[in-house]
Amino acid sequence: MTALMSLQNVNYQVKDKLILQEINLTVPAGANYTITGPSGSGKSMLLRLMAAMISKTSGELIFAGKPIESYDPIMYRREVSYCFQQPTLFGTTVADNLAFPYQIRKQVIDLPHVTAALEYVGLSAKMLNQKIEDLSGGERQRVALIRNILFLPKILLLDEVTAGLDTANKDIIHEWLRHLNEDRHVTTLMITHDTTEIASADQLLRVVDGRLEVGA
Amino acid sequence: MNLVVNNTSLFLAAMLVLVALAISLWQKLGLDKDIIIGVVRAVIQLFIVGYLLKYIFRVNNFWLTTAMILFIIFNAAWNAQKRGAGIAHALPISFLAIFISTGVTLGVLVLAGAIKFIPSQMIPISGMIASNSMVAIGLAYRSLNSQFHDQRQRVLERLALGAGLMDASIAIVREAIRTGMSPTIDSAKTVGLVSLPGMMSGLIFAGVDPVRAIKYQIMVTFMLLSATSLGSIIACYLAYRNFYNEQKQLK
Repeated sequence: MTALMSLQNVNYQVKDKLILQEINLTVPAGANYTITGPSGSGKSMLLRLMAAMISKTSGELIFAGKPIESYDPIMYRREVSYCFQQPTLFGTTVADNLAFPYQIRKQVIDLPHVTAALEYVGLSAKMLNQKIEDLSGGERQRVALIRNILFLPKILLLDEVTAGLDTANKDIIHEWLRHLNEDRHVTTLMITHDTTEIASADQLLRVVDGRLEVGA
Repeated sequence: MNLVVNNTSLFLAAMLVLVALAISLWQKLGLDKDIIIGVVRAVIQLFIVGYLLKYIFRVNNFWLTTAMILFIIFNAAWNAQKRGAGIAHALPISFLAIFISTGVTLGVLVLAGAIKFIPSQMIPISGMIASNSMVAIGLAYRSLNSQFHDQRQRVLERLALGAGLMDASIAIVREAIRTGMSPTIDSAKTVGLVSLPGMMSGLIFAGVDPVRAIKYQIMVTFMLLSATSLGSIIACYLAYRNFYNEQKQLK
C-alpha cells in the first residue's frame, strides 16, 4: 500500500515545552487506525498537527507525496478533515451547518446528497429546519460529522467523537465510519478509549508523554 | 454676540473642580492626583489649541489646514490603536480607516457646499468626524478581540472544515462593525430629545437661530453615520486577518 501521509521526526514545541517529540508514522491509503493514550499525552495535538490546525516545529510531514508546506492550508484541510470531540454547531438550524461546506466552496447546497447523508445516520430530512438547541448530544455529533464528509476528504481525523454517547448512538457512528472507510476509501485515524473501536482498527497507536508507540 | 466668559468668570468656575476634588478626598477615591493632572492638561492643551487655531485661521493656508487635519487624524488613529491591544498593525490600519472615512465624508460635505474649505470650518468638522470614527474603531477592535477569544472553538471548527479566513471570521467581523456603528445610530435616534448636541448647542450659544442651528446638526448626524460606518468597516476588514498566522491558523 502507498503511504498517504507520513511523519518523519516531527516535533511540536510550545515555548520551551516539547508537546510531541520524534514522531515517525506512516499512514497507508485506506488505513483505519486508532490512537489511545493518557489525557494530556499529546494525542489531540498530533491530529491537529496532521490537520494543519497547528504547525510542527521541526521534521517532515508528507501528504500525498508532497510536503505539507507546499499546500494552501485551506485546501489541505478539505482533504484532511479534523472532527472535534465536542463540536459546536453554527447558526440556528441544522441546515445552516450542512450548507456551510457548500458555502465555503461557493456552491449551492445539494439537498439530495445532504438528505442521503442524514438518512444514512438515522436522521430524517425534516431535521434540516430543526433548531440546533433542540438536538440531543448524539444528533449534534452526527450533524457535526456530516459537515466533514459532505465533500469526502482523503483522511478523516476523529478526536474522541463517540465519547459520552450512548451505545445506540455509538453503533450508528461506528457503522457509518466503517462504511466511509471500507466502501468510500476514506482513511481514518481515531482517538478513542472505546474497546470496540480499538478492536475494529487495523492498527493501534499509543501516545505517551508526546511520544508515539506503535502497537500490534 | 452674548459670549461673556472672561478670565474672572473662568477662575470662579474653576471652583467646580474643587467639588470633584472634595468628593475624591471625602470618598477616598484616590483620584485627586488624576483630577489635578487632568485639569492642568486640559487648560494647557486648550490654550495651545486656541492660539494655534487663531494663527491657522488668520494665515488661511491650504497646506497648513491640510497638515492640521492630518495631525488630527493621526492623533485619532493613535487613540483608536490603543483600544486594539494585541491586534498587529493597529496603528496603520486605524490611520487608513480614519483617513478614508474622514476624507470621504469631508469631501462630500465640501462638494455639496455644506461647508467651505476654510480652516475655521474644515478643522472643527474634521475633528468631529475623526473622533467619532476613532470611537467607532476602538469599539470595533474591542469587539473583535473579545469575540475571537470567546468564539475561538467556533472559528477553529470552521477552519477545520476548510473555510477560508473570511468565511471563518465573517460572523465576528459583522458583529464588530455593528458594535462600532451602533452608538451613532442610537444617538441619531435620540438627538434633540435627550441632549442638544455640541454643534447645535454651540451655534445656539453664539446666538444663531435654532432653526438654522438644527440644519447643521442634521448635517452632523449624516456625516457621523458615514464616518463611523466607513471607519468600522475598513478597520475590521483590515484587522481580522491579523488574528491568524501565515499558515492560516488562529493565533
